Amino acid sequence: MAQPEKKEITADMFRPATVQVEEKEEITTEAISYGRDSMRRLVRNKPAIISALIILLITVMAFVGPHMNEWGVDDQDLMRSNVPPKVTALSKISLFNGVSSDGTDRYAERQIEDNFWFGTDKLGRDLWTRTWKGTQISLIIGFVAAVVDLLIGVIYGGISGYFGGMTDNILQRIIEVLMGIPQLVIIILLIMILKPGLLSIIIAIAMTGWIGQSRIVRGQILKIKTEEYVLAARTLGAKPRRIIGKHLLPNTMGQIIITTMFSIPSAIFAEAFLSFIGLGIPQPQASLGTLIDTGSQIVDTHPYQVLFPAVILSLLLICFNLFADGLRDALDPRMRR
Amino acid sequence: MGAYILKRLVLMVVTIFVIITITFVIMQLLPGSPYENEEKLSPEQIEELNKKYGLDKPVSVQYVQYLGNVAKGDLGNSFQFGGRDVTKVISDRLWVSVQLGIESIVVGVILGLILGVVAALRQGTFTDYGAVILAVLGISIPSFLLAVLLQFVFSMNLEWFPVAYWEGPMHHVLPVLALAVGIMASVARFMRTEMVEILQSDYIVFAKSKGLKRYTVIVKHSIRNALIPIITIIGPMTAAIITGSLVIEKIFAIPGIGQQFVESIYTNDYPVILGTTILYTVAFVIMIFVTDLLYGVVDPRIRLQGGDS
Repeated sequence: MAQPEKKEITADMFRPATVQVEEKEEITTEAISYGRDSMRRLVRNKPAIISALIILLITVMAFVGPHMNEWGVDDQDLMRSNVPPKVTALSKISLFNGVSSDGTDRYAERQIEDNFWFGTDKLGRDLWTRTWKGTQISLIIGFVAAVVDLLIGVIYGGISGYFGGMTDNILQRIIEVLMGIPQLVIIILLIMILKPGLLSIIIAIAMTGWIGQSRIVRGQILKIKTEEYVLAARTLGAKPRRIIGKHLLPNTMGQIIITTMFSIPSAIFAEAFLSFIGLGIPQPQASLGTLIDTGSQIVDTHPYQVLFPAVILSLLLICFNLFADGLRDALDPRMRR
Repeated sequence: MGAYILKRLVLMVVTIFVIITITFVIMQLLPGSPYENEEKLSPEQIEELNKKYGLDKPVSVQYVQYLGNVAKGDLGNSFQFGGRDVTKVISDRLWVSVQLGIESIVVGVILGLILGVVAALRQGTFTDYGAVILAVLGISIPSFLLAVLLQFVFSMNLEWFPVAYWEGPMHHVLPVLALAVGIMASVARFMRTEMVEILQSDYIVFAKSKGLKRYTVIVKHSIRNALIPIITIIGPMTAAIITGSLVIEKIFAIPGIGQQFVESIYTNDYPVILGTTILYTVAFVIMIFVTDLLYGVVDPRIRLQGGDS
């Protein structure tokens, strides 16, 4: 049996490896921050992006639209009352040919030269201008109410969650009582003592809308407060201001943004609802709600008067809800529903 | 458990007390006169009327009197309808609104459950997308827009259903549908999420691998568990029905308390507004209370005494 020749293994056969720790740990792909990651998720969400574009379009139209023709919000002219919509370029579509539901061409009948793209109301006011002006008011109410909700909710919820104990106890008992009252009942009662108008509607909606926000902020703060990194920060001697500013608020931000996005459509809805029961923006101003209210009373004879504001209101509400959904999925994937 | 119920009962009473106080204060601040054609009345007549309705006494006395009366179920006299009892005005119309509310909840919940379950079972198919789109539309579009649309299409143009009033069963279809769609949408959405989650859980995989029939797995193990969290949306649902009924009753001219409430706003009929508000709050508070208790009974994992963070 031939034994394989024994090879001598000597030290000079080895040489030190040249591996460097930095090289091994090198990050070859780009680092992605939380914000960029969320953005990427949001962009991939088609319904949310389309919704955002529609909201943008409606917002632009709400500010540009009223200046696209020569009629103002309150330009009355009984000679041209209840004229159906007419757009010469679209006259093949029966909605825009200026013929009313009884089959007569109102424009020919009354010798009106101009085109009213959305028609006119019973006082002869141009509905194109009024609809976009109304959209503007609805959007302003939605945004301002959401911002006020945000401020009150974050402050109230933050105080309640951060200080805890007795403060939290008292603040939460107040919330429990407030939550027992249907929100729109309070809004209605508030509008009745404040005179109906843009400001009072915003105040009434904001005064009831912050409760949800404050509860979410409080819940988040309570949760984060006990996290180990906050304990670590505290052990290292961080001051409360630093803990709130650097740890608690940034980690609650996602939730706050999501809730705010959801409160915009609810404020827009609340305004439309109030207008519908006669507590909305007073004449001659218009909001989508008041236009729908007046339009719906003559829907059998002049359906076009309610059509455009109704479509825009629905689009706004649908798109804001979809966009908020998308934002929630993007900012907080764990909450995905 | 007993302590929890007691605590909740105290909270309920406080809430109702607060709303009575708030509404009383608001009514004191309100502009406008309760009397029709006030300009035709002489100061003496107004004084006489004020005395008759107890409006000449100091506010604090009126407040205490009012609290006592409310406790006895006396909500005062309406400023309209020749001074009829508010309790009578409301109770005459209450049944219609209760009918409308219950019918809408039943229809909405049943449709929503079906939609949610079907969507979850066919996750990722066109049926699912259809259900999701329907749910988004139902949640977003206000019930009053839907009501106007239904009225325009089905009563005015097709003439399948009556335009207004609350008489035969045909009168119920459109208003109930208009109110039910929102409920359907939120139930469907909730149900779909729950079902999707449950269908992926280990015990369902186990039930399947054990060889249980598909029917048993879906009905007994999935749907029954998915139903539990649905209870949490009863509260918001009640609120939606209350606010929804205000506009729906106005649109379809249904003689319920919602329509009365809106009319009372127009005519400054304070006692009726006050009474209705108290009624709505009491109904809402009781619903939330029952919901919370029910949740604890149905789902033993929920301990009622625990914190609510």
